Amino acid sequence: MMESAGKKGIRIVVCIKQVPKAQELQVDPVTKTLKRVGVPSEINPPDQNALEMALALREKHGGEIVVISMGPTSFDESLERAIAMGADRGFLVTDRNLGGSDTVPTALTLERAIEKVGQVDLVLCGEETTDASTGHVGPGIAGHMDIPQITYCSAVDLVDGRVRGVRMIEDGAETWEVPMPCVVTVDFGCNNPRQPTLTGKIRVKRGGLITHWSAADLGLEPSQIGLKGSPTIVAKVDTVQLPSRQGKIFEEEPAIAVSLLLESLRKDKVIP
Amino acid sequence: MAERFDAIVVGAGPAGSAAALTLARKKFSVLLVERGRAPGQKNMFGGRIYAWPLFDLVPDWQKDCPVERLVTKESLAFLTEDASLGLAFDSPRLAEGKAASFTALRAKFDAWLAKKAEDAGAMLITGIRVDDLWREDGRVKGVYVAPNDRVAADLVVIAEGATSTLVRKAGLKADLEPREVSIGVKETIELPPETIQERFSLGEKEGAATVYAGYASLGLRGGGFLYTNKASISLGLVISSEDLARKKLEVQDVQTKFRMHPAIQKLLKGGKLTEYSAHLVPELGRRMMPQLAGDGVLVAGDSAGFLINNGYTFRGVDLAMASGMAAGEAADAARSAGGMTAANLAAYERSLRAHNVLTDLEAFARAPLYLKNERLFDVYPRLLIDLAERVYRVDGTARERLVDTVLKEANASGVSKLALLMDLLRGARSM
Amino acid sequence: MAAHKGIWVFLEARNGSLRDVSLQLIGEARRIADKRGTELTGILPGWKVESLARIAIECGCDQVFLVEDARLEFYTSRPFTKVMAALRWKYHPEVILFGASKNGRDLGGRLHAAIDTGLAADCVRFDVTEEGFLDMIRPAFGGKSLAHIHCEEHRPQMASARWNVFPMPKRDPARTGEVVRETVAFEDSDFDTRIVDFRATESHETRKIDDAKILVSGGFGLGDPKNFALLEEFASLLGGAVASSRKPVDLGWVPKALQVGQTGKTVRPDLYIAVGISGAVQHLAGMQEAAKIVAINNDPKAAIFEIADYGIVGDLFQVLPEAIRQLKAFKAQAGAALPREAAPEGRPSGA
Repeated sequence: MMESAGKKGIRIVVCIKQVPKAQELQVDPVTKTLKRVGVPSEINPPDQNALEMALALREKHGGEIVVISMGPTSFDESLERAIAMGADRGFLVTDRNLGGSDTVPTALTLERAIEKVGQVDLVLCGEETTDASTGHVGPGIAGHMDIPQITYCSAVDLVDGRVRGVRMIEDGAETWEVPMPCVVTVDFGCNNPRQPTLTGKIRVKRGGLITHWSAADLGLEPSQIGLKGSPTIVAKVDTVQLPSRQGKIFEEEPAIAVSLLLESLRKDKVIP
Repeated sequence: MAERFDAIVVGAGPAGSAAALTLARKKFSVLLVERGRAPGQKNMFGGRIYAWPLFDLVPDWQKDCPVERLVTKESLAFLTEDASLGLAFDSPRLAEGKAASFTALRAKFDAWLAKKAEDAGAMLITGIRVDDLWREDGRVKGVYVAPNDRVAADLVVIAEGATSTLVRKAGLKADLEPREVSIGVKETIELPPETIQERFSLGEKEGAATVYAGYASLGLRGGGFLYTNKASISLGLVISSEDLARKKLEVQDVQTKFRMHPAIQKLLKGGKLTEYSAHLVPELGRRMMPQLAGDGVLVAGDSAGFLINNGYTFRGVDLAMASGMAAGEAADAARSAGGMTAANLAAYERSLRAHNVLTDLEAFARAPLYLKNERLFDVYPRLLIDLAERVYRVDGTARERLVDTVLKEANASGVSKLALLMDLLRGARSM
Repeated sequence: MAAHKGIWVFLEARNGSLRDVSLQLIGEARRIADKRGTELTGILPGWKVESLARIAIECGCDQVFLVEDARLEFYTSRPFTKVMAALRWKYHPEVILFGASKNGRDLGGRLHAAIDTGLAADCVRFDVTEEGFLDMIRPAFGGKSLAHIHCEEHRPQMASARWNVFPMPKRDPARTGEVVRETVAFEDSDFDTRIVDFRATESHETRKIDDAKILVSGGFGLGDPKNFALLEEFASLLGGAVASSRKPVDLGWVPKALQVGQTGKTVRPDLYIAVGISGAVQHLAGMQEAAKIVAINNDPKAAIFEIADYGIVGDLFQVLPEAIRQLKAFKAQAGAALPREAAPEGRPSGA
């Protein structure tokens, strides 16, 4: 809690990642990692849901929202947008040595950044990213910090100094309650992320709200991060061998093509 | 606590950026708010900018201003379905001194001018649409985007363009009526620079501007234009929306017919159509103008109706920039006089006159009414072309005097001698 | 690195049974263990779940490590991670596999950081390399290839796979194996998570596409969320359900429950009709086992056609309405034929 700062409320860290907009992704054939240059970007949509959740919590309980990201300097764009949406300040951990990190060094780096921010009550992340989709980083941060976690939450609130999250799992909605500090990952699409405000954009333009940290600033050795610090590697990439199929393609005009298709499917007894 | 500035300019088009630049130079803290992702993104015009205000606004503009071509050739052409009759004026003096004009692309030009305002100290914010003015006790106190998203200012300059909602919300003007509005449409056709230079007989940096009357607008009140950019042609029309509605025509169909005219096709051959845009164009000049100043508020550019269309001239961007400068100067005067009251801001009208914005608009006030004369758009172009055909087709039959030919043609078109004379006189007076 | 041996599968117990995805992984892990020449062990934390350990053995485990504690009856992150970590340091397995249920991913994500090793998510196939590593295969970014992920210097090698990627194994009651009871030292802080509520959701909502025999699936080619209405009409005329590829879900057009693909659901319907779907490998991973596949796309070079039994190259906005029209006409015609067939008794039926 933030009593020591003389302010009431909680300090929330939201971890965000900048991802290519929902369209074709490309892989660099040399490093076998995602190509990130030259494609329009956005804040990973589930992270937007996490940020919206943080904003709602701050509206209700007071406190401060710090956004953190790890990536190249172009990720400043997302931190700026997050501040324009209402976050208080942002940190970007940016370092050549971080390139190619899998989820282990990513979670480690973010965890170190969270500790450097200090006195964090709640860490919010999107449930997964739209580009890599592992969903490992949120729980990974909790694992490194050895603090409680609640994943796949569609709703989060504070009750008597504890965090309550409603998890959307396969057979229903399960509500967990854990002490702070803790990590919560947020269900994609559970809320409507708000738009940046004029006031927010002015704050960003005035400057001084985003700080860059290097890996060294966080006490990380090159061996702990990047490709070197990643337990998993992409050993090779194959072209796909598809199982062979009939492949009867109809190129006639719609009325005829549809008629031929339906006839074939009926003959195969697949449709009534 | 809301953010605060001395002045907020809404709209980073030529009027807004000129106002912001002038205000910043006079040590006002200025916020320039643009709703597009970048200045110029949502802006459209025919294609040519008269440069005279730039000599005061950005004295070294020629160093880095994104000029497409300097206009050295002015043409006027009358069209029927398949013929054209033109008058071309080619002179290097058209590009000299303060009379210079150039073709431009709005995305580049507007961004350049907005950057000048930023360099002078204005804060440019993009991607935000101002929803309303923040008002208290009849005074404008700032701008309003959402209940908890307001920014305070002593002065708001409305430079939102022709479809401004803020002018109405400020109670400064009635809604645009169809009589007062035309539709402007423009296509961009890409062509290699060498082809453009050859077809229009231009040097490497030179450009041509042509105005078309008659068939271009299918006889509806309005006119066509063609401007040469570095590597493309801007081709378009401005047509009375009232006439379009009456004849039940869609503006893009009129544009297509215009583009397919044989004379135009010859100029565009081999080109690639890459862009299409349409926009409202306020007409009627001085008669439609809103109240220009209120307590804490000024209106500049297209939002104030500062456009001139008299049939052979299309002017808007230069008037916008001049009005932005005038707004900045008026604010400075008002600040010295003790505050942004409507009375102190009356300096704006004086400044507009000093910059010849109001003077020119008033001088051409007659033109829009004159341009409502339908004969100018269908009868007279046809008359002139039929006349030319009679004069230039030598087929061995008896030749007659020019005057007789004219009167015979006029008669055939159903125009009385008196009407012809009156039109000639009115035209001369209003130009 | 100490010698690591043995393939492990995390067994997730829920409401008195093992999750299907855990059993499916046993089937696949059995194959890997045989290839590797090593033992397959199931790890089962829970409460009163010994009978489930027997099932795991019948499905292919050589042994099951059973960790029972009343506080483990329902999954929570910290104690389950503690169990997996404690056993990992005791036995040094070379591989741990997880079913990618919500809890499985919750656990795998926390564990891989806690014990500092790699975790490959949403694999579609496994293999063993010549050197004896686990080859973890998943669609690569870019939609046209498969990536082989290795975890060479860290142990254990961990990976997850989703439901229905692997088939259900057969239960063999004759199979024998040992159930080993393990105890793990817990701290109070391991149990600081309280489950305060649970609301079951209507199962048909989330399982709509899992069981459907006919699926009509839409992709980015639909262009607009409202065009899913066309798919719904088409699907209902066929008696099937609507599904989606990934992009419409990412764009918020349809809920995640409809997503078919590597990071969505794997489905095995009798008929899968892909409309406006290009055929990226991530999507194929989720539906390529369908009995019959039909593709409708206006790009003749779309990858989806390579895997289709039948295809129509054309504008889906013409093809779909036409298909709907013809299906309706066919139904009307079939309906009109009925009175003839249902002629009342005692009367001759028609001439």
